[in-house]
Amino acid sequence: MNFTLFLIQLLNGLQLGVLLFLVAAGLTLVFGVMDFINLAHGVQYMLGAYLAVTFTALTGNLFLAIPLALLAALVLGLALEIAVFRHLYDRDHLEQVLATFGIILFLNQGVKIVWGAAPLSVPVPEMLQGSIAIAQGVLYPVYRLFIIGAGLAVALGLHLVVNHTRVGMLIRAGSTNAPMVSALGVDIRRLFSIVFGFGAMLAGFAGIMIAPILSVEPGMGDTILILAFVVIVIGGIGSIRGAFIAAILIGVVDTLGRSFTVDILRMTGMAPSSARTVGPALSSMMIYVLMAAVLFFRPSGLFPAKGR
Amino acid sequence: MLRRRDILLPILIFVLLAMVPLLGLVMRDGFILSLISRVMIFAIAAIALDLILGFGALVSFGHAAFIGIGAYGMGIMHAHGQSDLFIGLLVALAASALFALVTGAISLRTKGVYFIMITLAFGQMAFYTAASLRAYGGDDGLTVATRSLVMGLNLFKSDRAFYYLVLLFLIIAYVLCRFIVRSRFGRVLQGAKQNAQRMQAIGFNPYPYQLVAYVMAGMIAGLAGFLLANLTEFVSPAYMSWQRSGELIVMVVLGGMGSLHGAILGAAAFLLMEEWLSGFTEHWKVIFGPMLVLVVLFMRGGIMGLLGRIRGATARD
Repeated sequence: MNFTLFLIQLLNGLQLGVLLFLVAAGLTLVFGVMDFINLAHGVQYMLGAYLAVTFTALTGNLFLAIPLALLAALVLGLALEIAVFRHLYDRDHLEQVLATFGIILFLNQGVKIVWGAAPLSVPVPEMLQGSIAIAQGVLYPVYRLFIIGAGLAVALGLHLVVNHTRVGMLIRAGSTNAPMVSALGVDIRRLFSIVFGFGAMLAGFAGIMIAPILSVEPGMGDTILILAFVVIVIGGIGSIRGAFIAAILIGVVDTLGRSFTVDILRMTGMAPSSARTVGPALSSMMIYVLMAAVLFFRPSGLFPAKGR
Repeated sequence: MLRRRDILLPILIFVLLAMVPLLGLVMRDGFILSLISRVMIFAIAAIALDLILGFGALVSFGHAAFIGIGAYGMGIMHAHGQSDLFIGLLVALAASALFALVTGAISLRTKGVYFIMITLAFGQMAFYTAASLRAYGGDDGLTVATRSLVMGLNLFKSDRAFYYLVLLFLIIAYVLCRFIVRSRFGRVLQGAKQNAQRMQAIGFNPYPYQLVAYVMAGMIAGLAGFLLANLTEFVSPAYMSWQRSGELIVMVVLGGMGSLHGAILGAAAFLLMEEWLSGFTEHWKVIFGPMLVLVVLFMRGGIMGLLGRIRGATARD
């Protein structure tokens, strides 16, 4: 286990973490404020990636594509909210699961019809190509550093909005006690729409950012959705701070686990052949073990929003 | 309190299911039989889920793990040359019960969404464990040479004989769950669903009741897994993917929670729609997805809710 590899994997973990945070932030707000289980949040991420493909092809530049794709992601998110989700807020959680599951089926298949089933890709912008030295003799791709930077910037912006603006105050109040906020004269439906559109845009942003380094394909949102649920449950539903810490934790644990479990098992004296068998399984389930352990000791996550 | 339709509808369902093989004689044999066998197997698993979900508000998002454990119980016994039906079934049930006892004891400490997620976590752990079983096929799964034998005889080699075996188990599972629900035990479970604090106040600790229900639901789903492995003569980690668990929840909600036969109708509607629509177009999910949305928006209570309203309307005329 050498230091260079460890450093690189740590950065990869951080990159996965900020990406997870972008998806989980919207999910935890929608869940916390509206008490709405949105399984279709993962497809917003997928749509973001596909929109990045289309707009990059149209404009020839990822930086021009980002604002256009963000706008489109926002519009699509709001359209879904108005057409379907709005009617589900006061329903049973399981009915929400059923309906949003239907949306997943529809959109996963829909992108296959529109963009085809084959994986697509987006070129990395020229000025972000290549690698730079981050330490003596350690090269790291510039674009991945760009993702980390952009993700952290969004996290900081979100922190400022949620903690230091009027809308943020309403969102925090909403995740503590939505009926009371409504009773105090706030148009809760409009607040819901804002939160929902914003969450859809954040997930779309994650999809746009990842498009140049991951193949864009139908169903890519399903895996990230489950990871995002793990994140918001560990962090405590409704808590942005919890989502951030849990996202970084999950990103780093998952990435380091995948790289080093086999080595660690061999260091503990396990035979190489069985270490190679057990290792991958153990590293895949590590985040779930982590979640089960967190819930065992703190049944409402690490940072539960007050009043829940 | 047992309403008349709680007796008539299930009897109607079972009579219709018993007549399907006669239909199979007329039409392309085999295909219909294996399709409806599959429907009944998932109906068993859906009934199991409905027992804890519909009557105990325990939403397990890892219930497919038990299908997988039951299937692997059968597959692993066969791989070691032990193909007897009763031994295979016993192993499948014991393994599911053990897994349910351990994971249930931990999961039931949490509530609501946290319970959903912790059961998902255990389901995923089972999934990755199965995928790492190199000796039993790993990711690729395990082919089973033969269906389970009774005293060394391959009684269920024919699809029709196996069909009736599955139907028999479906009826047993249904009747068993119906008795559980109606018993004192079942009423405590439903009381804890409505108001856990009040149940505690009148002297019942819901935890052991919920745990026993969870173990039973796990064993019945394990039975479904055992049958599924027999039907397909194949065992794979894919049986316990989280998507499968999600589909089980969809089946129960689609049929109508908390009625048991709703779960049978939900499983049938889900799998038959899938089969039927995919015959029209490879993009059948584009039709099926919005249909689920419409069911939620305009058909509250799923299929059972719809049947209830139809009955209500005709009763008024």
